[in-house]
Amino acid sequence: MATSTINNSFKTEEYFINMGPQHPATHGVLRLLLTIDGEIIKKVEPDLGYIHRSIEKMCERDSYQQIVHLTDRMDYLSSNINNEAVCLTVENALQLEIPDRVKVIRTIIGELTRISSHCLWWGVMGMDVGALTTYFYGFRDREMINDIFEETCGARLTMNYNVPGGLMYDIHPNFVKRVKDFVTHFKTKIPEYDRLLTGNIIFQKRTQGVGILTKEDAISFGASGPVGRASGYSCDVRKHHPYSALDKVTFNEAIRTEGDTYARYLVRIQELWESLSIIEQLIDNIPEGESRVTTNAVIKLPKGEFYQRVETARGELGVYIISRGTKSPYRLKFRSPGFSNLSLLNHIAVGGKIGDLVATMATLDLVIPDIDR
Amino acid sequence: MNNALSITKFIHDWLFSAMPAATASIVEMVLIAIVYLGVFAIAGLFLVLLERRVAAWFQLRIGPNRVGFQGLLQTMADALKLVSKELTGTEKADKFLYNLAPYFVIIAALMALAVIPFSQDFQAFDINIGIFFLIAISSIGVIGILLAGWSSNNKFALIGAMRSGVQTISYELSIGLSLLTMILITGSLQLSEIVEVQKSGWLIVQGHIPAIIAFMIYMIAGTAETNRAPFDMAEAESELGAGFHTEYSGMKFAYFFLAEFINMFLIASIATTVFFGAWLSPFGITESIPWLGVIWFLLKAFVLVFLMMWFRWTFPRLRIDQLLTLEWKYLLPINLVNIVVMAFLVWQNLIIQF
Amino acid sequence: MTNEALQSLIGSWFPNLEADTVSENIDVSKTEEALEEKIELQKPVNSSLLEFSEEGSQYLNVSVPSNLLYNLMSQLKSSDQTRFDYLFCLSGVDWQPELGVVYHLESTLHRHSIVVKVQIDDRENPTFDSVYDIWATAEFHEREVFDFFGIKFNNHPNLKRLFLTEEWEGFPLRKDYVDTINMVLK
Repeated sequence: MATSTINNSFKTEEYFINMGPQHPATHGVLRLLLTIDGEIIKKVEPDLGYIHRSIEKMCERDSYQQIVHLTDRMDYLSSNINNEAVCLTVENALQLEIPDRVKVIRTIIGELTRISSHCLWWGVMGMDVGALTTYFYGFRDREMINDIFEETCGARLTMNYNVPGGLMYDIHPNFVKRVKDFVTHFKTKIPEYDRLLTGNIIFQKRTQGVGILTKEDAISFGASGPVGRASGYSCDVRKHHPYSALDKVTFNEAIRTEGDTYARYLVRIQELWESLSIIEQLIDNIPEGESRVTTNAVIKLPKGEFYQRVETARGELGVYIISRGTKSPYRLKFRSPGFSNLSLLNHIAVGGKIGDLVATMATLDLVIPDIDR
Repeated sequence: MNNALSITKFIHDWLFSAMPAATASIVEMVLIAIVYLGVFAIAGLFLVLLERRVAAWFQLRIGPNRVGFQGLLQTMADALKLVSKELTGTEKADKFLYNLAPYFVIIAALMALAVIPFSQDFQAFDINIGIFFLIAISSIGVIGILLAGWSSNNKFALIGAMRSGVQTISYELSIGLSLLTMILITGSLQLSEIVEVQKSGWLIVQGHIPAIIAFMIYMIAGTAETNRAPFDMAEAESELGAGFHTEYSGMKFAYFFLAEFINMFLIASIATTVFFGAWLSPFGITESIPWLGVIWFLLKAFVLVFLMMWFRWTFPRLRIDQLLTLEWKYLLPINLVNIVVMAFLVWQNLIIQF
Repeated sequence: MTNEALQSLIGSWFPNLEADTVSENIDVSKTEEALEEKIELQKPVNSSLLEFSEEGSQYLNVSVPSNLLYNLMSQLKSSDQTRFDYLFCLSGVDWQPELGVVYHLESTLHRHSIVVKVQIDDRENPTFDSVYDIWATAEFHEREVFDFFGIKFNNHPNLKRLFLTEEWEGFPLRKDYVDTINMVLK
């Protein structure tokens, strides 16, 4: 199949393919309209809205405690961090003094959530490029974290453990020991992951030099999280605008400069190590104290605008509340990381092949409910 | 034909005494075809189950172990299910080609099975151009894949079929050349002759270094021929739905599915015959018991099949252009140099013989 | 840069040519009503066309008239002292009765943030300039604002609905949106 349209005797046409909404590689209900010429992609246009549930409109009607429950369903792989974002916004607006115990536990659970999300990402990444076994290994480790969460929070996916004012209940007595066992176990597993996928020559050839994103483009497109950090853009909200107990821990920000798919992959693997290090620093010294500060039964934020930024596993989540003093926000906007990360897909996938598109999308780590809200 | 076992000799004589010669030979051929169809079906059933158990073992699961003892009847149950499924063809598909395509792959696989020497007396067709015949027949399977993709009237199927066609045609070269390397030692294309030569040591030992290189190239190219991972771009599940057999369901899908496993078994069998001495036991320890030859053959073939399954569940997939680069820029030159080295060895009588 | 420095710098880019240099001293009065009256009577005329405020928000808010929006945005990005190259949130708001857009900007170099607000009274055909060529992330965000509020953006490459289907009528996030089937009110 000739790919040159300059050669007059062998004219080729571009044609139009629909990837999704049901497709094994698009990680959810995303429809991509591809215009391709042979194997080369000419244009990618995402079609969104298949799982749009008008969360922002519902928040204008619900009370603040109810809004926390809605945030679980947005980026369901970092549900704890989403809850934390809304709770922090409300607590900062009310200027509540949150006990240190709550802050430390929130950070530990947030980092465990990040590890769990990256485990799933790693499994799915391998599956997308063809190594079908990685899915099971990633899920095996995620199961251990889910069991810890089930014991403490009561749920495995949509945790709802954070409430405005603190935590819903105190941690289970087994929590500390189980988390320490998990950390010890997982430290032996990441080198296994490296041997299986990172060092594999086929994987490296599939991902190196593919889907390159420069630093200027990353900033202009609003890329955050590992996508931005792999292009050399230092955007970790935990470093620049720390919240909860993150100012008490030391960790390195995982930054690479190549900006290709392999760099995004390596950034996430390094984030696993960093999260383990944060948990280790905090798990032995959880301060005593209350796990919840009482608030009014009906929370009313003072008039004004409040913005809180947190770092989920996908990037920077922003919660923007405009309040007019009533018991529901006047306007609540979620700045979702996946939305900005998806907008750069057309820019980096054009000129590559379909196989490259699949590998690139796997490293953008999109969760469509986060984009569609 | 070669010497038949006493049973087959008995049947042969009985047929020829009961009917005129022409009818008797036809009936004989039909009987042999039925036997091989049986081998095909049973081998297919067993291989699918083996694949599922091996995959489960790698993925920390158990795999099917309920239907029948250790899941032995699982594939029967799947086949029954597939038979009872509705054959949903598409309206705009080219009916004739759509129905014809699976038969090409099945027939190619069956014809190739016919020349494999499972044992000293268990070989249906011992033609004097054995290896050449095998390679030629496996080229016919490509037609089936291309027809399937084209006649489905489905863009994804067409892309898958094109990729598969290009891949298969390229890797046939490597297979042919690596087998040719071993023919230099045996001096004959006939399969039973090749096995005879190996009585003084398996060919992979006789040819030492070039033979090992030829074997490695053969395994890589063989995995690519059968469209198995890491070369399964044609049916890449996470990219294009199901590739060239997207539009097939029910029994026709089962044909493609079985044909892939039989092809895998064929590649392993050819490797066993040419490199590892077919039905010969190592160091001739069980030469006195002729019927053990089949067991040895199957054992060697299944080790190689296990190796191919291991590849599938470990490695990621190569992109189509990387696949073709691998063949044309790396495997082919290595192969050609290897032939020259082997020719030099044979000329200077440096092959190891016991 | 501190908020005061930002305020004076950005304000100086758009000087209000009609401004008198009225001092902002207000007499201390005894009753509250009188105080408020005085404040209203003596409301100082701004020295800049932009309005700045830090009340009720953790960032410096800049309100800009819609005809100066594009100008302000491109200067905010290109000027070396501000260098706001990261647009991290673009939200549409229905202020009742105006429709508006709120831009949250940050500089990756100086690490300061600012909020830019723009409003328009026209609810039938609200239009602003698109900032898509300044920050590429605005393309999708502006489509979302168009989808939910009906605000159009000039020079946008692909202004059509993003989440809702093409045939959907109405703009759901407006406060006067009525939908008896899909909306459940308390």
